[in-house]
Amino acid sequence: MPSSIRESGSSSRDVRPRGRSGRAPFVSIAILFFFLVLPSLVPDLMAPHDPLQGVFADRLRPPVFFGGTWEYPLGTDQLGRDILSRIIHGASVSLSVSLTGIFLGGLVGTTLGMIAGYFGGAVDAIIMRLVEVTMSIPLILLGLVLALSLGSSFQSIIIVIVLVLWAYYARQIRGEVLTIRERVFIDRARVAGASHLRILIRHIFPNIVNTLIVLATLQVAVVIIMEATLSFLGLGLPRPFPAWGLMVADGRTLIVRAWWIAFFPGLSIMLVVLALNVLGDWLRDRLDPKLRQL
Amino acid sequence: MNAQPLIEARRLSKHFDVGRGAPTGKKKVVKAVDGVDFAIRRGTTLALVGESGCGKTTTARLLLRLETPTAGSVYLDGADIHDLPRGERAEFRRRVQAVFQDPWASLNPRMRVRDLVAEPLVANNRLSRSAVTDRVAEVLTGVGLTPDHMRNFPHEFSGGQRQRIAIASALISQPRVLILDEPVSALDVSIRSQIMNLLKDIQQRLSVTYLLVAHDLGTTRYMADRTAVMYLGRIVEIGDTDTVFEGPAHPYTQALFSAALPARPATESREIVLDGEVPSPLNPPSGCPFHTRCPVKIGRRCEEETPKLQPVPGPGGTHLAACHLMDDMEGQRG
Amino acid sequence: MTHSDSDVVLAVENLQTHLYTKRGLVRAVDGVSFDLRSGETLGIVGESGSGKSMTALSLVRLIPRPAARIVGGSVRLDGEEILEKSEAEMRAIRGEQIAMILQDPQSSLNPVFTVGDQIAETFQLQGKQPRGRMRERAIAALREVQVADPENRVSNFPHEMSGGMKQRVVGAIAVARRPRVLIADEPTTSLDVTIQAQYLRLLRSIQQQTGTSIIFITHDFGIVAKMCDRVAVMYAGRIVEYGPVHSIFATPSHPYTQALIASVPSPDTKVERLESIEGQPPVPWDLPKGCRFAPRCPFVMDRCRADYPPMFATQSAGDGDAEAEHAAACRLLEGES
Repeated sequence: MPSSIRESGSSSRDVRPRGRSGRAPFVSIAILFFFLVLPSLVPDLMAPHDPLQGVFADRLRPPVFFGGTWEYPLGTDQLGRDILSRIIHGASVSLSVSLTGIFLGGLVGTTLGMIAGYFGGAVDAIIMRLVEVTMSIPLILLGLVLALSLGSSFQSIIIVIVLVLWAYYARQIRGEVLTIRERVFIDRARVAGASHLRILIRHIFPNIVNTLIVLATLQVAVVIIMEATLSFLGLGLPRPFPAWGLMVADGRTLIVRAWWIAFFPGLSIMLVVLALNVLGDWLRDRLDPKLRQL
Repeated sequence: MNAQPLIEARRLSKHFDVGRGAPTGKKKVVKAVDGVDFAIRRGTTLALVGESGCGKTTTARLLLRLETPTAGSVYLDGADIHDLPRGERAEFRRRVQAVFQDPWASLNPRMRVRDLVAEPLVANNRLSRSAVTDRVAEVLTGVGLTPDHMRNFPHEFSGGQRQRIAIASALISQPRVLILDEPVSALDVSIRSQIMNLLKDIQQRLSVTYLLVAHDLGTTRYMADRTAVMYLGRIVEIGDTDTVFEGPAHPYTQALFSAALPARPATESREIVLDGEVPSPLNPPSGCPFHTRCPVKIGRRCEEETPKLQPVPGPGGTHLAACHLMDDMEGQRG
Repeated sequence: MTHSDSDVVLAVENLQTHLYTKRGLVRAVDGVSFDLRSGETLGIVGESGSGKSMTALSLVRLIPRPAARIVGGSVRLDGEEILEKSEAEMRAIRGEQIAMILQDPQSSLNPVFTVGDQIAETFQLQGKQPRGRMRERAIAALREVQVADPENRVSNFPHEMSGGMKQRVVGAIAVARRPRVLIADEPTTSLDVTIQAQYLRLLRSIQQQTGTSIIFITHDFGIVAKMCDRVAVMYAGRIVEYGPVHSIFATPSHPYTQALIASVPSPDTKVERLESIEGQPPVPWDLPKGCRFAPRCPFVMDRCRADYPPMFATQSAGDGDAEAEHAAACRLLEGES
């Protein structure tokens, strides 16, 4: 690069508070990798047992340090299924539910949010009323209605998630677009003769990508809890899917006799959600244009 | 003025609705631009000067078709730019381009220099990628940058270099009119003259017509052939730059010029300090918009009757001011 | 340049403030020395990145932390070293002895309090007083900065005022306690030309009434010409030239000052072609060795690149006369003096 190129003119622009958002949250990334990503990619390599087929004779075995054996490190449930194997297989359920739900919800929400923010007026008013309506419907009610009408399946839980999530995306993205729309480079693009579609795709979208990444990361946590809640209530994935929420629900009745059945899936949910939140917060600081090192 | 003007504004107005007043329920209207007339000849520069809220930026946006006028029209080569058939709008975009004030804000931070500069070509034309790249290299060289800069992002450049990128982009479609909205006021002092000289060179080389929006009088004097002074949405004085600066006729122009900072320390002050501030454009004064602060107000007439632009006594007849004093002077002479 | 003059209010010697950025160490203020005399206006003029604002902030120790640190030098207010004061002592000095007016009046005022309350707050720091008395004093302070109708304006919120009026309120707060030194950091940059003229005139009249010394930080030689008695020109963290305003304008001696003055178009005269300084100011974390202006200087010599030139008195400087002292950090002057 030619030496005449330099950074922005004012020295105050280059001053960044040190020690903020500096180091990547390696612990969170490790937790996510070992608890979520790796088990969903190669569950069969990691799981010692079949997650669906139990050994009746081995039912309700405690975890290894609580009187159990290494055969079933986290114990077994009332049907003799290995808890560890079920958690490992459950990871892929959680991941695929959240990725699909977030992608579809984000697609719908971002598109509508960009349209609302960019065009404003009546379009904006209609979309934002829809957002408000969506946000005022309790999740449980929505889940209940859909589960009753569509039956509980992977598709219906995705539909519930998309119906809930799109509104959050739409609201956030609209706000962002409202400010981007007023920026001078949008005027410049209009003067250059760019069409609305071109402005939305080439000029506005790249400027909301950061927000989308952060939003999506934080939403994975929300979706995992949503899926767990819905499954816990019996409105989510049908048995015998090893979904984490469903496992907590099933272990509930035996919580006194065999606490491990509900405890370990619950712990997995907590760890993953916590790690995602830490990662999301870090990404937000990291990608925030005001804090970003230009 | 023998040549046909390239761009002309006639009775141009832009009023903004800003909701309704609470007690009366009457619609509140800001007359940002209120009946503005001017013409710019090919290859020359007209400067619009004035303080914030005088309507100079809105006028520029009207010329760029970023706003639609409430009344009046803008003609480019005789055609009303706000009434173009669909097919000619892309052609208008190619012919009228702009350079904005703040090069930190006007360049999309997510785009590379090549794409930023090529925007007016890509959005309108169907040129091949390599033809576009060649043309980008050509205009970058023309503004004192090099083709190597194409792959960089705007944040890798200083303010002056960014403004050069913005100018390159404005030139790529070979426009005939450039709207320069405070093109140097966001830049460092030592960079401003570089950019002003560049713009002057470009005008000479390509005979582009400039509309310059400025608040700095030194910049205006240096850059403009003609100068129009605006106050509360109206042009109060217009004429050849040297004539206006050497013999300002309107009391507002006189006060504005005297408030300008001196180029060197002066022993005595010739300053006319105006009382108060610019009235709110929501509730502009009746009659002459300047009468509330005018030091030489001549009575009721200024409060009741809005003065029209009329020739300032002197040779040429192209120096106009909107002030009732002009009548009196005429009267005295006649 | 330090004199034992009793009328020196603020003596700054070899002040060094460093910024620690991710790009590396920035010597934002790199050995700045000047005296501020009683009742005078000293201009510090420079472009962005010249270190002029960081110098101002260092004087009141309000530099952004932890990114910036004052690493050396001395700042003496009436002979007392400021850099060794505790944070509590410093708070007492700010406002009481040294006050500041910043560029943006909008962010200097708290939007949820009336301007009266915000002016009264400065008096409250001197001890509790009855509410009615506070209001009286706030109104008097507004009258002093020539705000029309101060009885009503005192209960306005900042958003109900224009930019010029807000900057007057900021001024009222700054001079309310009669500081010895007023630092004005580009106070009129966001104001319109006619409002700027009003404000500059106001600052002058306040100075005449109170005898406050003013440090005026600006990028605009026009403001220097209008307001200042003496001026220091900064470039890349250093003072390259200082002297009385008349002398600087008549015989600018550093090539940077010369070029800067010549590159500003004047509204009073027609110029065919402006001079311009080629190139860009240096990257703050990668300053050239030797004179920092050398890469852009039309008169550059080999020794300019070797080491940083010291200050040389100019020919126009009268001998022994403190008022006339005019010097520049340029080797071109070496032979002359």
